[in-house]
Amino acid sequence: MVGKLLLRGLLVGLVAGILAFAFARVYGEPQVDKAIAFEEQQAQATGEAPEPEMVSRATQAGIGLATGVLVYGAALGGLFSLVFAYAYGRLGSLGPRGTSALIALLGFLAVIVVPSLKYPANPPAVGNAETIGYRTELFFIMIVVSIAAMVAAVGLAQRLWNRLGAWNASIVAGLAFLVVFALVKAALPDINEVPETFSATVLWQFRVASLGIQLVLWTVVGLGFGAVAERVVAVRDQRSPARRYA
Amino acid sequence: MSDTTFAPSYGPVAIPVRELLPWAIFAGLMLMLMLYFVGAEEGATSLIRGTAVHEFVHDGRHLLGFPCH
Repeated sequence: MVGKLLLRGLLVGLVAGILAFAFARVYGEPQVDKAIAFEEQQAQATGEAPEPEMVSRATQAGIGLATGVLVYGAALGGLFSLVFAYAYGRLGSLGPRGTSALIALLGFLAVIVVPSLKYPANPPAVGNAETIGYRTELFFIMIVVSIAAMVAAVGLAQRLWNRLGAWNASIVAGLAFLVVFALVKAALPDINEVPETFSATVLWQFRVASLGIQLVLWTVVGLGFGAVAERVVAVRDQRSPARRYA
Repeated sequence: MSDTTFAPSYGPVAIPVRELLPWAIFAGLMLMLMLYFVGAEEGATSLIRGTAVHEFVHDGRHLLGFPCH
């Protein structure tokens, strides 16, 4: 059962990765190129020797980008299927498609949107190499805290479900999540390493493209996985009609 | 009463945790490792010497939102 779901999750993730790669190629790469052009211009102006090119730009923007996004997509799909395997049947009477779509929506918010409001994606030329350790640490702390807060919020909604009704329980849980986010956002240090003269337009478009790539990934996984999981779980659900969920 | 007995409705059935746990641990670890190689290897931490992995997935790493450089 779990194995079947996992395999489907990996495959749906791979498909999502292919589509996200196409999106990244069209909307992301032009911004990366502009950022690198800025980086080289800066290096020239300060008389620095240009960085040796270990991997050509064509490789980075082609097979390298494809590898990164496809591996990421497959891993996302696989992890998604494991979360689904746990959540399915534990979220009231929500069916496979609804469960999948809900996990994708909450996951996209908790894993991508909320952390990126604090530590947004940065193009090349933005970011000091000496602070990479520190920045990576904060980035992952932010994601872990955000996921923990979302899991807690879902738990809270379930506890309040019968007493307040579905809508009010969800609103209270959503507000609780926002409060946690506001506190964490205030508590963690800000990072701003954007060079003074870096184009605001390129930065904005890069970040929109980055968010768009994630939106493609999570939408395809959320809707696609629900569709393929339906058949897998239907078999099991019908075998045990005695257990019914409200 | 007879309706509920003879017309079973098929609600979602949860997978028991003990069935899920081995998958979650082993597959979960493998999948996290995949994310690590795309997102963080040869950045803040390094398992493989050099910068080949970093340079190869460079664009993806930036565009997927990971801290890079």
